[in-house]
Amino acid sequence: MNLVTVSGPPSSGKTAVILKTIDSFQKRGLEVGVVKFDCLYTDDDILYKKAGVKVKKGLSGSLCPDHYFVSNIEEVVQWGIKEDLDLLITESAGLCNRCSPYVKNVTAVCVIDNLSGINTPKKIGPMLKSADIVIITKGDIVSQAEREVFASRVNTVNPGASIMNVNGLTGQGAYELSTLLYDEKANVKTLVGEKLRFSMPSALCSYCLGETRIGESFQMGNVRKINMEDKKNQ
Amino acid sequence: MISVRDIQEQTIADLFEQYPFLQGFFEEQTLEVNGQINEKLDDFLNFLEDEEEQENRAMAKDQVLESMSEYITQMLEFLGEDKDDGVRSITLLPGTNKSGEAEQFGELKISKSEIVCIVGPTGSGKSRLLADIEWVAHKDTPTSRTILVNDEKGDKKWRMTSGNKLVAQLSQNMNFVMDLSVYEFLELHAQSRLVEDVESVIDKIIKQANNLAGEKFDLNTPITSLSGGQSRALMIADTAILSKSPIILIDEIENAGIDRKKALELLVGEEKIVLMATHDPILALMGDKRIVIKNGGIHKVIETSEEERNLLVDLERMDAVVQNMRTRLRQGEIIQKEDIGF
Ligand SMILES: Nc1nc2c(ncn2[C@@H]2O[C@H](COP(=O)(O)OP(=O)(O)OP(=O)(O)O)[C@@H](O)[C@H]2O)c(=O)[nH]1
Ligand SMILES: Nc1ncnc2c1ncn2[C@@H]1O[C@H](COP(=O)(O)OP(=O)(O)O)[C@@H](O)[C@H]1O
Ligand SMILES: [Mg+2]
Ligand SMILES: [Mg+2]
Ligand SMILES: [Zn+2]
Ligand SMILES: [Zn+2]
Repeated sequence: MNLVTVSGPPSSGKTAVILKTIDSFQKRGLEVGVVKFDCLYTDDDILYKKAGVKVKKGLSGSLCPDHYFVSNIEEVVQWGIKEDLDLLITESAGLCNRCSPYVKNVTAVCVIDNLSGINTPKKIGPMLKSADIVIITKGDIVSQAEREVFASRVNTVNPGASIMNVNGLTGQGAYELSTLLYDEKANVKTLVGEKLRFSMPSALCSYCLGETRIGESFQMGNVRKINMEDKKNQ
Repeated sequence: MISVRDIQEQTIADLFEQYPFLQGFFEEQTLEVNGQINEKLDDFLNFLEDEEEQENRAMAKDQVLESMSEYITQMLEFLGEDKDDGVRSITLLPGTNKSGEAEQFGELKISKSEIVCIVGPTGSGKSRLLADIEWVAHKDTPTSRTILVNDEKGDKKWRMTSGNKLVAQLSQNMNFVMDLSVYEFLELHAQSRLVEDVESVIDKIIKQANNLAGEKFDLNTPITSLSGGQSRALMIADTAILSKSPIILIDEIENAGIDRKKALELLVGEEKIVLMATHDPILALMGDKRIVIKNGGIHKVIETSEEERNLLVDLERMDAVVQNMRTRLRQGEIIQKEDIGF
């Protein structure tokens, strides 16, 4: 089985791109499954089911979805193997700009859209910086110049990645993307022993543990304070 | 190829001097140099060895060094690419249509400054053909076509590089979304293309854009308040002059409000190869050739004949009549039979 992790900011076009890409795989007779990770809510599983794709979803609720992802990825892989998939794709909503679900030796795709603004690439951490492939969507609603500027910003942040434009509505570029995601020779059996590409921060303050009251005396553990002083002759 | 070892021991000041574009990299990577400009890069980045700092910034030193050397390598390549050793021609070799039957056109070579139109019903495969070219197909698309660049098997590097893509696209939807003035917008684009003489390039683009647009506009206009025609004019002029891509794909572009003939002349004048999928008879006849697509395959390649070129003049006159009617109706005028004029 092949395994691909797809991540990216909310509504960047992940599902749209994955669905168009799956189209090409299905034409080639490959069995594809998707597992969607989100925080509170998602409808994506319905969309995947409609497309005839085996699908599972996991909601992380009170946890960072990426932490939740790592804690569950092995079970997800075993499910894919049991279902006899040729390709298993995970979709994660990149809700935490600090974390990313990418695992070493597993193809990592980041989906980001042209409308998110040219300063967005700089704001996204490992989710963009350590991806192998960066897909830029919604090129149909901006100018050639804006596409070029945006792609060059992405390239500056992650020069090692393959950067592609894919249109989530028409599927332009999706066939081409599919050729990068499936390798006949690849065969994932387990992820036990593999490592994350980048460590996830240890969030353990009192609020992580359910505290709701505001005030210094309720703050324990890993607490950090904002610097409110005016900078002098900076 | 620049390796980590080539840059590690140099001071940041030296690096900035050799590679001015590296300042953009520092900025995008949120690396603040401040007073440490004379430090060796390796020493400067040592703050990332600190575990807490690494956690906070989600960056690791070796990863930054690697990205940086990769970036310098790419940018040097981008800057080194000359128009002369660029793309002179592309050649299409046949594949199959939607029924899997072989295409019969032998081969089709398209050279610099040529305009080729693509015609055929909706769903016939016009956009697919444009996509084959963009991907420099090696029998690895649904059509199994092959695209040669300068008579050779096209390098796959064209597929993924962000700076030097083989094709630029003028798409159907021509909006701007950034909140910038025309000047700021062009400046930003020029900087991302590493242009040296930004001012004169901006000057050239605004002149050409105004040459194409019905209504004039200036550099202080916010791009989001340009009219449809002005936006298209600015995009075409900008793509012609600032895009390094040697091929321009135009997919069913709307063309009201701009001088289409001048737009094509501008693109071709900048030594571009222009491919245009269109349903518009005037545009279709402006091409040197037209490719007719049927059932996913290239059915015919037709050279625009002398007679067709002459007809173009009549078509344009008819078009002018329709445009004129539109304007007058909008202004509340009454139209009479004589107004049609033929
Ligand atoms: N115009 C345009 N719209 C797109 C494109 N790609 C996606 N969309 C639209 O953007 C919206 C969000 O797309 P999704 O695929 O649901 O995004 P997502 O990243 O999966 O969203 P979440 O899973 O909810 O985080 C949908 O309405 C899509 O139709 C594109 O290339 N162009
Ligand atoms: N030669 C071909 N073989 C297989 N599929 C094709 C071929 N040509 C086109 N298609 C497919 O047919 C569909 C319609 O083609 P498209 O290029 O969008 O048409 P148009 O732009 O002319 O409206 C697309 O899904 C495309 O991938
Ligand atoms: Mg989704
Ligand atoms: Mg089309
Ligand atoms: Zn997180
Ligand atoms: Zn917390």
